[in-house]
Amino acid sequence: MSGILAFAEVREGEVRRSSYEVVTAARELADQLGEEVHAVVLGGPGTGEAARELGRYGADRIFVGESEELGVYNASRFRSVVVELVRAQGCRVLVFPASAMGKDLAPRVAARLGVGYAAECTGLGVEDGQVVATRPKYAGKLFARVGFEGEPAVLSIRANIFTPREAERSPGLEALDVSTASGDLGAIVREVRAAAGRKLDVTEAPIVVSGGRGLRDPENFKLLEELAEALGAAVGASRAVVDAGWRPHAEQVGQTGKTVAPQLYFAIGISGAIQHLAGMRTSRYIVAINKDPDAPIFKVADYGIVGDLFEIVPRLTEEVRKLRG
Amino acid sequence: MKVVVCVKRVPDTEARIRIASDGTSIDPSGVKFVMNPYDEFAVEAALKHREAAGGGEVGVLSVGGPESAEVLRTALAMGADEAVLLKAAEQAQGLAVARAIAAELRQREYDLALFGMKAIDDDLQSVGPMVAELLDLPAATAITEFGLEGGTVTAQRAIEGGVEVVELTTPCILTITKGAYEPRYASLKGIMAAKKKPLAEKDAELGGAGIREIALEYPPERQPGRIVGEGPDAVPELVRLLREEAKAL
Repeated sequence: MSGILAFAEVREGEVRRSSYEVVTAARELADQLGEEVHAVVLGGPGTGEAARELGRYGADRIFVGESEELGVYNASRFRSVVVELVRAQGCRVLVFPASAMGKDLAPRVAARLGVGYAAECTGLGVEDGQVVATRPKYAGKLFARVGFEGEPAVLSIRANIFTPREAERSPGLEALDVSTASGDLGAIVREVRAAAGRKLDVTEAPIVVSGGRGLRDPENFKLLEELAEALGAAVGASRAVVDAGWRPHAEQVGQTGKTVAPQLYFAIGISGAIQHLAGMRTSRYIVAINKDPDAPIFKVADYGIVGDLFEIVPRLTEEVRKLRG
Repeated sequence: MKVVVCVKRVPDTEARIRIASDGTSIDPSGVKFVMNPYDEFAVEAALKHREAAGGGEVGVLSVGGPESAEVLRTALAMGADEAVLLKAAEQAQGLAVARAIAAELRQREYDLALFGMKAIDDDLQSVGPMVAELLDLPAATAITEFGLEGGTVTAQRAIEGGVEVVELTTPCILTITKGAYEPRYASLKGIMAAKKKPLAEKDAELGGAGIREIALEYPPERQPGRIVGEGPDAVPELVRLLREEAKAL
């Protein structure tokens, strides 16, 4: 079995940022194991050309499955192509992004290959020639160091953890025969509906502006949307306001929502319940704005302002706009 | 209509989790255990669809130790008809659990097998799709809502920035996330009725998980932070710190 296989996700003809992270993570493992990095990219026409730049992040070979049918995610098809490639080429480690697609596809590939799968790894290393992954449990209240039995080791990596690093290679594109990805198509995507406005997902944004019950009213989230826009940030929400119907579940940060690890997380009008902290405590920097100086959120925040968010947030938006010019 | 729902007993989200002295398991003392919140959505989905269909059977399964019978009783109290406990070591997860569930499902007939999207203890988010592969069934994950008509399921799948509308034919597997299925509370009547509903126990046929937890660790402690000031006048200083100290702006 050879090679570290990096699954690079393409959506609507664009290589997603997670793909650079996956290739970088694969490259780090490959260097420690003395292996090559093979990227595999599946998508509609034009995918191959878009995927060329994966060489910049260290891919030694790029396998491309390109067809009309692959333009839309189909779990069965994608799984068949990846499994066939693994069986044909051999593979020591298989790295997926922990995106919606990656988290759907990775366990399927693992089960089909009869091996286990470690989800949302935040660290990867090699000990005694074996891959060891670090991954969160209990929404990050604990971390587990995990070893793999059998090959390949299948894992997905959390977004925003493995910073893409250039490691120039010049791979050619190798076309995969995807005509054999047949059989029962399983779940068929009929339609993809974008959320209103081109919103950045909380799990992908470098900055998140999150609001809780302190906002008092759903309309007041407009203040956070303005701050988010000035910062180029995504808007997040506490469970309380999602349960109240003020914000969609896609924005919920916490143990029964998303776990995020942005560079900068603003917790505004959020008290800091344990299940919320679990979802954001690995953010690089945390800023808390709350009128209650005893709110638990201040215990995890790097910087805090105590006071009325309805005065503080607009001022913050103003200062950020001045900064950004 | 026949639906099977797989549920798991997990620590409550407000629980502080402590590592046990063996370094590879958690200390359960003082921890409140509940039905995995995502599994509650799945049970609710089963019950709602059974109601919409005007009848049918809802069975629940759990892989776990003897205490997992508690969450099975909760599902029965919510309205499920029968339950099976597949007895295994508490820490069984991933592929091992998928194999045990697949072995049980092979002995059953069903239109839908529902799972919570993930268990909030191991966060592996894999049992549902793994079972689908082991049984060669169509499956879709992260479903917020679905409809079932004449053997076709139309489901809404949460993806970054929107929704995928997915179609599958039964029998199929769906993993459910927060959306249309706010779980009902078990009524007192339901709790009483649950005591009489069948709850069978079998040994789980596990096999290995494929991954092995070497050690559990606490996350790195965050450095203590500071309150920059009070009110909007503290904002310029905050921005300066974020820019110059944190270099985050």
